[in-house]
Amino acid sequence: MLLILKDELLKTYKKWRTYIGFIAIAVFVPAVQLALKFEGGGMVNRMTRGLQDDFFLVGNFFNGYFITQFLLNSMWVHMPFLISLVAGDQLAGEATGGTFRLLLIRPASRSRILLNKYVTTLFYSFTLVAFLALVSLGLGLALFGSGPLLIPGRTITIIPVEQVFWRMSLAFGFAIVCMWCVASLAFLFSSLVENAIGPIVGTMAVVIIFLLLSNMPVDFFKAIKPYLFTSYLNVWQKMLEEPIPWQTIRNDLLIIGGHCVGFYIVTWYIFVKKDILS
Amino acid sequence: MSSDVILRTERLGKRFRRRWAVRALNLEVPRGEVFGFLGPNGAGKSTTIRMLLSLVKPSEGRIELFGKELYSHRKDVLSRVGGLVESADFYQYLTARKNLDMIASLGGGLTRRAIDEVLNLVGLFPRAEDKVKTYSHGMKQRLGIAQALLGNPELIILDEPTTGLDPQGIKEVRELIRRLSKERAITVFLSSHLLSEIEQTATSMAIINMGELVVQGKVGALLNTGENVVKIDARPLEEARLLISKQQYVKGIKQINNTLEVNMPLDHAGELNTMLVRAGLEVYSLIPRRSLEDYFLSITDGSTDIR
Repeated sequence: MLLILKDELLKTYKKWRTYIGFIAIAVFVPAVQLALKFEGGGMVNRMTRGLQDDFFLVGNFFNGYFITQFLLNSMWVHMPFLISLVAGDQLAGEATGGTFRLLLIRPASRSRILLNKYVTTLFYSFTLVAFLALVSLGLGLALFGSGPLLIPGRTITIIPVEQVFWRMSLAFGFAIVCMWCVASLAFLFSSLVENAIGPIVGTMAVVIIFLLLSNMPVDFFKAIKPYLFTSYLNVWQKMLEEPIPWQTIRNDLLIIGGHCVGFYIVTWYIFVKKDILS
Repeated sequence: MSSDVILRTERLGKRFRRRWAVRALNLEVPRGEVFGFLGPNGAGKSTTIRMLLSLVKPSEGRIELFGKELYSHRKDVLSRVGGLVESADFYQYLTARKNLDMIASLGGGLTRRAIDEVLNLVGLFPRAEDKVKTYSHGMKQRLGIAQALLGNPELIILDEPTTGLDPQGIKEVRELIRRLSKERAITVFLSSHLLSEIEQTATSMAIINMGELVVQGKVGALLNTGENVVKIDARPLEEARLLISKQQYVKGIKQINNTLEVNMPLDHAGELNTMLVRAGLEVYSLIPRRSLEDYFLSITDGSTDIR
């Protein structure tokens, strides 16, 4: 079992495509952070202009946590693409390469091979989000220092400095679970076709269309919103609300986890029965 | 059930939507033989092989390997079988050794030595650490045979292993197959669309056409007995016909357009030719045809790909 997992990981991490996501993050995150560094505190000033009329803000609000939170919000739609790039290739890539004909004539069962591929996919998603956390938090704290986290919105939330780190870490943890859900969908699509393009486009289409639908100011779409898994993908943001809505977070995570399991079961059903004609 | 049958299919069939790719196929492969599975392109050879190796689920019938039903003993059975289905595709970005290593892992793993051994056998040991993308087509095909030999299988199933190779490559692969059969007592199941290939390498054979079995048996028995025909174009035709009909070994003559089809043992063909020439006739052509070959050529529809 471990032998197969080791090989699946090696196959994935020896592929150039796996590093596209890491490179994208390694370029984008520092670029934004450096730009903000040069622009200075202008952004935070603009965001809190109304507040400053009535209150006196004391402390370093333009800090690493603030920048990370800002980055995470803006990258949130793009992460599914980087995830599906690899997750959508897991099965379809073997079909394209004709290598299923090597793998599936061996004693190891299809269920076992599939499980190892799935675990590899989840591991990739984990490393990509963890890398995002590392780069944005690490560089952010180095460039801008620490401080309490100010979250602008309809109401302003300020998270005290001693709570920010663990809350941020949990937020990233939840973000990983959310990306597992996207990865599971791409993995499912990957079992259906013989080329990775389909799963990538398919996953993005589902994510974008669902997000659009759930944000439509139309009553009908509001009614179906709870049934779209994408409505729960922002669960990580809830770690930065005050007070923390633990009940909602638990529910959201259960729904996302349920979707992962559901997607995997469907994938398994398809894959085990599939005729390999590639 | 006799124990010397290593592979048996019973009424094996596969339907893709409405079309039957393979139907009611009964095969028996005796242990120790090189079994040629012959058929024109699209006859159902590949589908059959994919079913034998559990890539494609049969729509009906059963497959027995080593006396055990394939799907209920999949793990046990497939650990004793090696296979190469169509072209040999590998992970291009990994070395040959790593590729073999990974394939071996799916059967529980093999030592470095065992992998060296199969690489040596196909002559790729010196290139073991090179990435597969640097390999030529012939080398990939040899690596394909190497992976089929991992874990000392009792049976290897090769799907058109010489396709796309140059004459030298074809010769090497055929020699390798004969050697594996002789020196290692491996039973080889080999598909081909070339009768000559089967004739040169196989000891028993089956012919499949349009998804159905046409005939199976020992190669020698199938090819060298039965009704054989010599096609003769000699002029004047009537005179030739008269002369030929007087020969004792001739069993029958048919005239088709401007040629005569003479039903006779092939070893008298030379004698017949001499006789016609001595009698002053002009012999334009004289083609001995074994009936099976004739049949096979007719189903391959004059394919030019006959070596």
